[in-house]
Amino acid sequence: MSGRAIEGVIADMAGSSALPRRNGELVFSAPWESRAFGVAVSLCQEGVYEWDDFRSLLIDEIAAHEPEDGEHYYQRWFASLERLLLDREVVTEAELTARYAEFEADVEAEHGHEHEHDHTDERRST
Amino acid sequence: MSEVEHVQPGHLLSEREATLRTRALESLLLEKGVLADGAVDAVAGIYENDVGPLIGARVIAHAWVDPAFKARLLADGGRAVKELGITGIEGDHLVVLENTRDVHNVVVCTLCSCYPWALLGLPPRWYKSYAYRSRVVIEPRTVLRELGLDVPESVEIRVWDSSSDMRYMVLPERPARTEALGEAELAELVTREAMIGIATVST
Repeated sequence: MSGRAIEGVIADMAGSSALPRRNGELVFSAPWESRAFGVAVSLCQEGVYEWDDFRSLLIDEIAAHEPEDGEHYYQRWFASLERLLLDREVVTEAELTARYAEFEADVEAEHGHEHEHDHTDERRST
Repeated sequence: MSEVEHVQPGHLLSEREATLRTRALESLLLEKGVLADGAVDAVAGIYENDVGPLIGARVIAHAWVDPAFKARLLADGGRAVKELGITGIEGDHLVVLENTRDVHNVVVCTLCSCYPWALLGLPPRWYKSYAYRSRVVIEPRTVLRELGLDVPESVEIRVWDSSSDMRYMVLPERPARTEALGEAELAELVTREAMIGIATVST
């Protein structure tokens, strides 16, 4: 789907009247998943890549790490996004690594030594 | 935790790491001006809350009330939905499969989770599950029964495997005694599950 096409979809969605949401179950299991989704779609809209390019990476990722279930789908999604942005030199490895470390440090500083265990912290997830 | 690795093949991030990295990547892209401020909010919000399967439901209801449109829809799905002003059907290869008294269609993507987003919103979680992707092809009747749909033995089940260039949507049977309903009311009856083929439409 090209950026323009996605824009078309979104315009159409906004224009449709408020039909009841009877099927409106949540499809993201954590807020970061919808962010990752939004980033990938937005970049396509901005013309950074064609949707097919992202999708073929995603298919490869999923095929390479055949998940037991759908639990890790957005992990594959995120990995594909990273890969594509590095390939296209939108970001560099150094920039990414630095930014991750920076965010990690911020959380460490804020939370002290509270988190020995991995967990989703809802307060930081929006 | 100070060592930050990324793009490790097959490496699973914890939920916490995934949350951090998504935010970090987003901030970097914003800073570089690659992402516009608010763009992600707009996209995530729309797909999360507003799309749902309603666009697809509109198409189905229209096909039920307009036989000529239905014929065009079955002949060339991508072109027919454009008549309704619906854009963004990836690759234009949308195949609409009609359920009848004799044939029940069900859609899967065994490779990953190809899905006609523009029509059906985001896929339900089970659609992406390995269990569904692998088993529905082998034993569709059993899987459908487990999902709450009993397809009589007399009805043939056809399983359609989506790919990156071929998307499928099921045209469910119109429920009986709905002659009095208008198109908008009919659209409200159509569920995402029915358009994937794991449910029928009832009133």
